[in-house]
Amino acid sequence: MKDQIKPMTAGAWLRKGLIDGFPICMGYFAVAFALGIAAKRIGMSWAQAGVMSMGLVASAGEFAALVLLESHAGVLEIISTCIVVNLRYFLMSCSLSQKLSPDLPLYHRFFLAQGITDEIFGLSAAVDSWLTPAYTYGMMIISIFGWTLGTVLGVLVGNILPPSVTAALSVSLYGMFLAIIIPPAKKDRFIGALVALSMLCSWLFSILPVLSKISTGFKVIILTLAIAGIAAVVRPIDENSGTGEKSEDTAGHPETEGGAA
Amino acid sequence: MNTWLALAIMILTVYLIRLLPLLFLRKELKSRWLRSFLHYVPYVTLAVMTFPAIIEAGETPLAGVLALAAGLVTAWISGDLFIVAISCCVVMFVAGLF
Repeated sequence: MKDQIKPMTAGAWLRKGLIDGFPICMGYFAVAFALGIAAKRIGMSWAQAGVMSMGLVASAGEFAALVLLESHAGVLEIISTCIVVNLRYFLMSCSLSQKLSPDLPLYHRFFLAQGITDEIFGLSAAVDSWLTPAYTYGMMIISIFGWTLGTVLGVLVGNILPPSVTAALSVSLYGMFLAIIIPPAKKDRFIGALVALSMLCSWLFSILPVLSKISTGFKVIILTLAIAGIAAVVRPIDENSGTGEKSEDTAGHPETEGGAA
Repeated sequence: MNTWLALAIMILTVYLIRLLPLLFLRKELKSRWLRSFLHYVPYVTLAVMTFPAIIEAGETPLAGVLALAAGLVTAWISGDLFIVAISCCVVMFVAGLF
């Protein structure tokens, strides 16, 4: 597999990563800015907030981190809360492991791990063939930069951006999610149904009496386990398609599908 | 506890959550169910996170609905990440003006 001609060089993947990472960076910047304002409120310095963002790279995870810091939580509480709030990254990491060629040098896994966020994972998992790490690195460079810078500026210059601009920027993250899931849903009715069902259940979880008490992090985990688990029973991927097809895909389709089919 | 120490514990914990599966799942999984499950994970996760959160992200629910509609339409037609993201932003911003 290693010897097959790669349709795109690592440099081209890196550039694509930087380009695709730009909207992520914008969205991150806006959310991180709000995070920085909240961090300042609990007395964090810009350096602490910056290190937190660069180290955790997690939105809900960092808002939870602020709560932990503010309440002077103990070690066990810190660790257990971090595990629960960020558990979906564990699932994403499992999923992403199947996109990595067995020939990939080990050290890449240590770097790629830090890039497992909702958005970067979503795009990395959406490539058709084996993932070229340079693609993920490109997205990581620009978006973690935006995420960290946004947090630091949020601490330093708090309320410069009007709320309407922050709200508009933050919605770009959802736009990206749609750009990732809608094109495959258009091509494959089953995935379309899956997406619709997931949204419906997510909505039900937010309005039904007991279920709406569940935190967002847990909701994502519960619904992902249940819906993807059932989907895998209803329609297992073909032995010759999906993850199994990767090597042939790499050779057969020179261009990755950005969805513009 | 010292803030820096607390931060270090959090960062290490979250990094391990992300690293361990990548490190230990080095081969293609044998179970067809498990591979199918992991194949469907991104679609379900992203769909769950998008809706209804996008509605609540706007200053008014209507702005959120309009941004969602813009995102769905542009994603259906073009699928280009940047175009979809920008469309959502612009619609959200304009809707916020009223």
